[in-house]
Amino acid sequence: MAYYNEMHAADGSVRPHYRRYAEWLASTSAERIARKRAEGDLAFRRVGITFAVYGEEAGKERLIPFDIIPRIIPAAEWNDMAAGLRQRVKALNAFLHDIYHAREILKAGRIPVEQVLQNGQYRPEMQGVDVPGQIYAHIAGVDVVRAGAGEFYVLEDNLRVPSGVSYMIEDRKMMMRLFPELFATHKVAPVQHYPDLLLDNLRAVAPLGVTDPTCVVLTPGAYNSAYFEHTFLAQQMGIELVEGRDLFVQDDTVYMRTTQGPKRVDVIYRRVDDDFLDPEAFRADSMLGVPGLLRAYKAGRVTLANAIGTGVADDKSIYPYVPEMIRFYLGEEPILNNVPTYMCRKPEDLKYVLAHLPELVVKEVHGAGGYGMLVGPAATLAEIEHFRQLLLAKPEGYIAQPTLALSNCPTFVDSGIAPRHIDLRPFVLSGHGIQMVPGGLTRVALREGSLVVNSSQGGGTKDTWVLED
Amino acid sequence: MLSRTADHLFWMSRYTERAENLARLLDVTWQMSMVPQSLAAANQNWNAVLVLNSLETNFARKYREVNGDNVLRFMVSDPDNPSSLYSCLRMSRENAHAVRGTITAEMWETLNATWLELRGQSYEQLTANGPGEFFEWVKTKSSLLRGVTLGTMLQDEAFHFIRLGTLLERADNTARILDVKYHVLKPKGEEGTSDFYQWGALLRSVSAFEVYRKTYRAVINPERVAELLILQPDMPRSLLFCLKGVVKNLELLANRQSGETLRRAGQLYCEIRYARIEDILEHGLHEYLSDFMERIYDLGNGISRDFLVPVQEAA
Repeated sequence: MAYYNEMHAADGSVRPHYRRYAEWLASTSAERIARKRAEGDLAFRRVGITFAVYGEEAGKERLIPFDIIPRIIPAAEWNDMAAGLRQRVKALNAFLHDIYHAREILKAGRIPVEQVLQNGQYRPEMQGVDVPGQIYAHIAGVDVVRAGAGEFYVLEDNLRVPSGVSYMIEDRKMMMRLFPELFATHKVAPVQHYPDLLLDNLRAVAPLGVTDPTCVVLTPGAYNSAYFEHTFLAQQMGIELVEGRDLFVQDDTVYMRTTQGPKRVDVIYRRVDDDFLDPEAFRADSMLGVPGLLRAYKAGRVTLANAIGTGVADDKSIYPYVPEMIRFYLGEEPILNNVPTYMCRKPEDLKYVLAHLPELVVKEVHGAGGYGMLVGPAATLAEIEHFRQLLLAKPEGYIAQPTLALSNCPTFVDSGIAPRHIDLRPFVLSGHGIQMVPGGLTRVALREGSLVVNSSQGGGTKDTWVLED
Repeated sequence: MLSRTADHLFWMSRYTERAENLARLLDVTWQMSMVPQSLAAANQNWNAVLVLNSLETNFARKYREVNGDNVLRFMVSDPDNPSSLYSCLRMSRENAHAVRGTITAEMWETLNATWLELRGQSYEQLTANGPGEFFEWVKTKSSLLRGVTLGTMLQDEAFHFIRLGTLLERADNTARILDVKYHVLKPKGEEGTSDFYQWGALLRSVSAFEVYRKTYRAVINPERVAELLILQPDMPRSLLFCLKGVVKNLELLANRQSGETLRRAGQLYCEIRYARIEDILEHGLHEYLSDFMERIYDLGNGISRDFLVPVQEAA
């Protein structure tokens, strides 16, 4: 398979937007680079920018590898992508409002009714609930890859509790600390104001009548894999980081327990999954939630970001219909491509998938984090057989897509600099209009040939530069 | 501030202070063990370390004999001992981890780096250059954290909870050291070189040796040592000094329900402020210190109830 290389064109020449960086790289000694890389590792560890991996020893933290070769995007390419992201998130929010209210898109027959209403991620509790500004996905982390001859595809819309934005900001800080000279010679669009934008959007969706809202970040606690990010965002926004046990509900109002007594909370940026939010309404065994939170939410006394029930819109079984949503709600043609998707619940799709397993990527409909997926071209015969059995046993639990020729980017590995596959997660904020910082988090699959970039699967990150002209 | 945040800050500082005081105590005990003496006398000093921390039963469960090597192992790096330096620094770091957004980046990095350095090493590695160097390291790290806190932190509510935790813990630790050591040393009566070193070591364990010299310009005697550690108003580890700080920080933190705790702290402070060492010794030092530690424990509970344990009823 031929891969699009972000730095080099097919004839081996350096692409224009990488030229200056390539010159710098060629003229910088290997010793200096090695020293800087070690300095970066040490700094990340000292600051405790770590990541807990599920399934490993409790409380064990791992460093996400940081690669010092940036992923560079020219401004014009970014502008197109940004327009596509706006369009997509707008349509997804319209879809969520619709399916919890009039269900026009279902009545029009554009999406099979059972795909939505029978979906495990659909929350009947949200039917008829009005949320401020009709915004459901306040924070969306849309995974975009470049494939084929260089066109962008959306791989996933993450509308529940997408993470990674702190690495985007820390990677930039690190690059500026290690190589300040690069920022003198490149006009890199800044990203560090993301927390300000986030707070602006959270404040914009406060419950009716609240003019100076108290916003908080709700975390599952110090053992959550993204805990670093929760503390980081709360600190950067200057708001409290709370756990479920810090909150309580009385008279449909949410309060936090403070040293000066109870204080009302208006907007909760929650990093806790729907299932664990309220033991009275969802999982009764949840120790992370707040009893009565759903009541307060439905009474319009508190705003949750993201809303409850967004999972139905980023579910892999709904993903194939997003272009249809854009046409239906906005009357526009999608700017960003969707990856062709085989829905294994359809007998003819299943038949095709079973016959072509070695070429396809198979994913669990409800899976996330790179767990429970098959990358056909990289899989062993035994793994393929295993998935064949899984598919036959529960076809509706899976989708399949052609293996995309993910673009790659030069990356430092043990043997020197080698191309490794990358993706991009821009963070799209809705509430006060639609806002984003240029770029996003670039993840890189550090294993040779691997197409899985998730940090839980040994992926690393790169600083992402949108170059202003 | 969230009650839980205040709780983590309070305990972060208590565990750090506890680690420092324990390192001091182990350091002087170890130094004293090198003064010529009978084996029984040496082991009695090591046993005092266990008594001081109410750890005799815990220790006996894992070790047969009370001697320097066993006690050091138990108190330095035993993860099963909740009062070991290892456990104190782990708890200190864990509490900091939970509020890393509230403390400054430098404070967090100091505690985290300390923990990472400690965690990766066995007892043998930690004490490879003699235990003294390791105790020095613990004290330095504690001093570093205190300096970083003073040098970088906004002096707001969070800062006052940190100070409150530090001073309350220190008051307890000083009283404990004095109680146990006085107990061990006093009955022998006759003065000798050994006693000089013993009392000197006690003073050093609270960084008060030079202060003693400066204050009294006289030979070391037990009454003056007790007076210094209890009543000296300007010595940062005396009971009076600690209580003064506890009262001050409680006043700064006052909320609607903390009046009684503040009153009790103020009462204890005043009693020490106007006490005479002759009366205290007449009454019995052990009784006096036991009563003091009980009241410190009671203040800790009051602070917990007033600020840290969640208030259930809404405004």
